Amino acid sequence: MNVTVFVPRDAAALAVGADRVASAIITEARARNLDVHVVRNGSRGLLWLEVLVEVRTDHGRVAYGPVKPSDVPSLFEADFLSGGDHKLAHGLTKEIPFLKGQTRLTFARCGVTDPLSLDDYRHYQGLKGLEKAVTLAPADIVAEVTASGLRGRGGAGFPTGSKWKTVADARADRKYIVCNADEGDSGTFADRMIMEGDPFVLIEGMAIAGIAVGATKGYIYTRSEYPHAISTMEDAIEIARAAGILGPSVLGSPYAFDMEVREGAGAYVCGEETSLLNSLEGKRGIVRAKPPLPALEGLFGKPTVVNNVMSLASIPIILDRGASFYRDFGVGRSHGTIPIQLAGNIRHGGLYETAFGLTLGELVNEIGGGTLTGRPVKAVQVGGPLGAYFPPSLFSTSFDYESFTAAGGLIGHAGVVVFDDAADMLKQARFAMEFCAIESCGKCTPCRIGSTRGVEVVDKIAKGIEPEKNKVLLEDLCNTMKFGSLCALGGFTPYPVMSALTHFPQDFAPVPVREAAE
Amino acid sequence: MNMRAVATDEAIRISAIIEDCRHLEGPMLPILHKVQAEFGFIPESTKQVIAQALNLSRAEVHGVVSFYHDFRSHPAGRHTLKLCRAEACQAMGSEDLAKSVKARLGIDWHETTPDGAVTLEPVFCLGLCACAPAAMLDGEVYGRLDEHCLSDMVTEARR
Repeated sequence: MNVTVFVPRDAAALAVGADRVASAIITEARARNLDVHVVRNGSRGLLWLEVLVEVRTDHGRVAYGPVKPSDVPSLFEADFLSGGDHKLAHGLTKEIPFLKGQTRLTFARCGVTDPLSLDDYRHYQGLKGLEKAVTLAPADIVAEVTASGLRGRGGAGFPTGSKWKTVADARADRKYIVCNADEGDSGTFADRMIMEGDPFVLIEGMAIAGIAVGATKGYIYTRSEYPHAISTMEDAIEIARAAGILGPSVLGSPYAFDMEVREGAGAYVCGEETSLLNSLEGKRGIVRAKPPLPALEGLFGKPTVVNNVMSLASIPIILDRGASFYRDFGVGRSHGTIPIQLAGNIRHGGLYETAFGLTLGELVNEIGGGTLTGRPVKAVQVGGPLGAYFPPSLFSTSFDYESFTAAGGLIGHAGVVVFDDAADMLKQARFAMEFCAIESCGKCTPCRIGSTRGVEVVDKIAKGIEPEKNKVLLEDLCNTMKFGSLCALGGFTPYPVMSALTHFPQDFAPVPVREAAE
Repeated sequence: MNMRAVATDEAIRISAIIEDCRHLEGPMLPILHKVQAEFGFIPESTKQVIAQALNLSRAEVHGVVSFYHDFRSHPAGRHTLKLCRAEACQAMGSEDLAKSVKARLGIDWHETTPDGAVTLEPVFCLGLCACAPAAMLDGEVYGRLDEHCLSDMVTEARR
């Protein structure tokens, strides 16, 4: 009897020992003379259960986790190869509430398939979007994406279809598709998960984008901190090329499209699209002034689509199932699904793809199960280091673009980082300024100088030096940065700073008061 | 050691890397990554060679090298420990972890232990935010760290 066992190869699983678990299973199976086939899948996104081992049974896949190498012998004792009961057993994977409650469109295959198996990819509805795209007129592809209501998942929320139309209408001898995979926001890992867990969906999305706008070359710009994603993506591109998905004739059509992975070098600001383009060109990752828009003068001065991984990975299903299928998910002007990443001090951390419209409180307390430490939630930072800190009193905020803007925040790349009551919000505000000072590209003064002055002003408040005057100064400085910076780094750093100051004034009280309170 | 021979050898290795990347659009970053992989840092002499090959000034190349956190001007220790300092890891106590590892190694960020074993670098997010605190040791990732496993890692690395 040949049994298939799944042990993820996702970096988050590797970080907690997936390789050792996989080899323990192989060794144990050999010792027991059992025929076990180990597949290294992507992660299901139930990261608190990693290493999540799954076994294929007649009833479906059965989950065990978190598995440590030392648990492996007892799993065999419990006959986990037939789905036997064990203290780490969770029953059928698809019935686990965290997974069952999701609407997985972009992440439909992630964790299910072998990321580098094209057969798996095709078996689970892969390539259907691209197969349809090659039969359509490019303008119809753009119209379909526009009608889907898809908005940029990188944070800005700009309508993807409008961007594509601008590039499609531009006349040039060369155009580019650039995938922004420079996922530097703390609390986010969706791009990494898709690149490691379902790389073909990104390739398919980029190829569709290329056909739609008339671009023949694509680049995935990703982070040097993501070596596993880089190697999986590169392998997948090779496989796609060999299968005729990429190359001079995409799926046998007259369209040509090819792509490469490019590695950044540890600069957070390169996640900003114009800085990213400069970096791709081999320059300092300095932000460019807009206009000209990258859609008209982007990479090497040519019309360029710059889209986030999540936006591009959502394209295949839109083409396959149709714009209205996708559009019907969500609320208001936030259509479709959003892969929310629950991180930090949270009991059930992981990736939760759902239609827009859940409340922040539902995400943190119900789905996420509150803090890992078991202490009360003090603050939740949404949208990475440039996102606002929300107190529990704002937990009724609906998770969509408009509601978050109205609440003085942003959803960004949909990372949710939970802090318990041990967090010091003055420290977090200081860190936001410090981070901006470290990562500023230096082009504009409000960001370059403002961030350093910001650290100093917060330090003065912490020391109790003219706190009231310095709080006013900090507010004024934030205002200057917000409206005077060239890009979101300087422009959004005020979000975490001001939200910390507004919602947690007690943490900014002068030192004697703070010490007395402790 | 014959200094001239060393310099020539270096130049040959750099030229080979440049030739390897020349066909790429925007070859600068790929070249620099390969140079760092080859030498462990970006030797000063590289800048002139790259400048000449890409028709740039040495200052422009220096500008690129100095812009990015990844590129080193000096070799790192035998092992590089990158500890995440970003918010999700902070929420799980990474600042205290950093303090204790710094004390254990007797160095600050960006420094190398006197025995040349470990270089400590901060990193802002490894994308392991639901398994915080996280670190990377020589390209291997580690999550759900505590003082105990981090000290094991450091001890192992210093051996």
